[in-house]
Amino acid sequence: MSAGPILKVGRRGFLKTGAAGAAGLVVGFYLPGRFEALAASPAGAAPASLNAWMLISPDDTVKIMIDKSEMGQGILTALCMIAAEELDCDWKKIRTEFAPAAKEYFNPAFGMQGTGGSSSVRSSWDPLRKAGAAARDMLLQAAATKWGVEKSACRAENGVIFHDATKRKLTYGSVAQAASKLPVPADVPLKDPKQYRIVGKGMKRLDTPDKVNGRAEFGLDVRRPGMLYAVVMRCPVFGGKVASFDATKAKAVPGVKNVIEIPQGIAVVAENTWTAMQGRRALDVKWDEGPNAGVSSESISKLFADRTMQPGVEARKEGDAAAALSGATQKLEAVYEAPYLAHATMEPLNCTADVRADRVDVWAPTQFQTVAQATSAKICGLQPEAAFIHTTYLGGGFGRKAGVDFIMEAVEISKAIGAPVKLTWSREDDTQHDFYRPASYARMSGAIGADGRPVAWTTRIACPSIMEAWFPGSTKNNLDPTSVEGVANLPYSIPNILVDYIRTEPGIPVGFWRSVGSSQNGFFSECFMDELATAAKKDPYEFRRHLLDKSPRHLAVLELAAKKARWDSPLPAGHYRGIAVLFAFESYAAQVIEISVDRKAKTLKVHRVVCAVDVGQVVNPTTIVAQSESAVVYGLSSALYGNITIDGGRVKESSFNNYPVLRLNEMPAVEVHIVPSTEKPTGAGELSVPPVVPALCNAIFAATGKRIRRMPIRPEDLA
Amino acid sequence: MAIQFTLNGKPQTVDVNPSMPLLWVLRDTLGMTGTKFGCGISLCGACTVHIDGDATRSCITPISSVAGKKVTTIEGLSPDRSHPVQRAWIEVDVPQCGYCQSGQIMTTAALLAKNGQPTDAEIDDALKGNICRCGTYQRIREAVHLAAKLAGATAKKSARLEREEPIEQALSAGEAQAGGAL
Repeated sequence: MSAGPILKVGRRGFLKTGAAGAAGLVVGFYLPGRFEALAASPAGAAPASLNAWMLISPDDTVKIMIDKSEMGQGILTALCMIAAEELDCDWKKIRTEFAPAAKEYFNPAFGMQGTGGSSSVRSSWDPLRKAGAAARDMLLQAAATKWGVEKSACRAENGVIFHDATKRKLTYGSVAQAASKLPVPADVPLKDPKQYRIVGKGMKRLDTPDKVNGRAEFGLDVRRPGMLYAVVMRCPVFGGKVASFDATKAKAVPGVKNVIEIPQGIAVVAENTWTAMQGRRALDVKWDEGPNAGVSSESISKLFADRTMQPGVEARKEGDAAAALSGATQKLEAVYEAPYLAHATMEPLNCTADVRADRVDVWAPTQFQTVAQATSAKICGLQPEAAFIHTTYLGGGFGRKAGVDFIMEAVEISKAIGAPVKLTWSREDDTQHDFYRPASYARMSGAIGADGRPVAWTTRIACPSIMEAWFPGSTKNNLDPTSVEGVANLPYSIPNILVDYIRTEPGIPVGFWRSVGSSQNGFFSECFMDELATAAKKDPYEFRRHLLDKSPRHLAVLELAAKKARWDSPLPAGHYRGIAVLFAFESYAAQVIEISVDRKAKTLKVHRVVCAVDVGQVVNPTTIVAQSESAVVYGLSSALYGNITIDGGRVKESSFNNYPVLRLNEMPAVEVHIVPSTEKPTGAGELSVPPVVPALCNAIFAATGKRIRRMPIRPEDLA
Repeated sequence: MAIQFTLNGKPQTVDVNPSMPLLWVLRDTLGMTGTKFGCGISLCGACTVHIDGDATRSCITPISSVAGKKVTTIEGLSPDRSHPVQRAWIEVDVPQCGYCQSGQIMTTAALLAKNGQPTDAEIDDALKGNICRCGTYQRIREAVHLAAKLAGATAKKSARLEREEPIEQALSAGEAQAGGAL
């Protein structure tokens, strides 16, 4: 496709059009990134070639390029809805394609191409609407010119342009080529939300049909001609490496083709995955376990406890919390702890790589195309443009597939053996070599004044920094915002607040886990808030409500959840409930969880979860509901079972038997209520994870009178 | 060693290590990737196929044990997504990432073949072995009930009973349910 005229869209990017090879209208969008070093072309330069966002073909199909990774969150459908709304095209004629790694697809939230932080809808909302509106305007103009009438006398509907006065009509496809020769119009007005016919409506997912007959291609399903299959044996101890290895027995397994050392461990390559796994079992490797061999969950907890005896770097300071605490009559102190957690995506990590002399092709379920491209190219000694990243469907991501460790391994193996190779991680590999949700430790204190309102709040957190692990040097004073989010943004009107943080690195790899810091800090802050409510002898809902006078959107979701859960009505005998409200990723969520506890059997049943969410303008309500249901399951799994235990510098858990997750028979009834809003759309993928643990623990307190301050919930906590 | 079995209604011969699990024969040897690898030790259900009509974990089923048997995979459930379970899954919009759904659908299809009107407890029992990390469980339950209804309607129709419930009606009932969740 050739580059066409450029339209500057504000300071942030350029709309471009061009004629497609097959004679249609291509609309693209170019967005300069911030992390220029990783980019494929020089900073600030106009794109050498146009990467399309939408392509309108003579056969009337509209292809939308999906620049975000579809990992279950429904973004493919949402992006099409946003584009189709302004384009006024026929929803049935929409086709999609996952975008290649290219600077034009950088996510403005990161300055790189990637999917995470619930940023997809909010980052695509403006550019996709503008692209859709510009394309529609050009199609209208092309039709008007053909008819010799004014553009204003024409209208577009469902992919057809009408000139009502003469009862003429033309399809988008029939004028696409003519439209592609027109200049890009400036400032095409966007629709008033009242005109929306797609956005805000519950649309069925476009990817469902291919997900009920096995057709959807996940990373693990990629097949290339001449492809071999690989598994890797890695040092079980984090930071360890191969001391020596004997491949004799592994090579003797029929079907094993190669056994090679790569920087990450020993790779076994075979004619199929199972044979590669058999070969790996026969490997004899001696490890240099390195400096972390003595690390255990106990030693980490003690390290955190010791470190939090001293002040940390201040994340939030208002008033004088120390003075207010010392002067208060009613004081509370508590220590909360959260463990490392694995992501456990259903699709284990995998990557198919084909390294050639002048290019490298990578097929992967990746959340982070720019880094995948840069690292693949670097391993092969190529320029980034010579690395072609083919993003497949992701069988779950949850932040894990933002890592590129599995991609690097596959590229190393293909480079070494000179053939295309599919690397598969076993479930055990996946559980034991994750970038874990950081373990964290928090000392909390609070004071209640004579009027029953809190006068002071402090939280001191020790945990590893995700940002420093992934983007070294990216934090100021070692203050990682992801380590304190969920408590540093406490919404309550409390006059004296101090939140400080001590970066503590026990040597276990950490990463972004669905809802990131709010996953543990939401537990700390909203459970401690409940403790303050109890100390103040207040109803936990009313206590929160009266402290949210400066946080109207928090208040709205809290009130909605309480209303829908009928907080003011009695529950069936033996049922109890808890409540929590949190802000995460520009969005707001509150939940009421209803449970019963069998204290003799030390078991718990979750009956009902009422969710209220505010995500601004809703693009697809069906997806918002699905993501909220999904987040509840993710949160419950962590509360009931989630525990990665470190022993001897390695992970003890290995699969779903000892790292269990919620199953269908444990599924509560989940209802989701959405706050109507015309605020800018935000995101729902992670939002509803953080309230689950505190709402659940607060319900357990209501049932048992016991506070749970350590995750996961253990049987003895329910006695 | 050549092993013969019936795969999705057609005769199939493979010459592989007899210990190799059916899962990897399907995926790597035959290129049928609809059946998924999730754990390899029968804990997650992503690899579920039918062997002589029974829902079976293909990841721990040696190919030798399949000799002479009838294997059905997600690709063979219907040629056109017309199986009642597939129709119900589409209607309720069950999948999120979709990776576990081949297994969920195959388990459900086997359940409904034996029990046309499962209760919630029976659904829990049949499907608790199939993990979904996206947490589509609530929709799966709803879709299983809808599939039972659709299968019943189809069965009635094929039996040419007079008082059949039209499929469209069952579908719109499902739609109303799905809409009610909003």
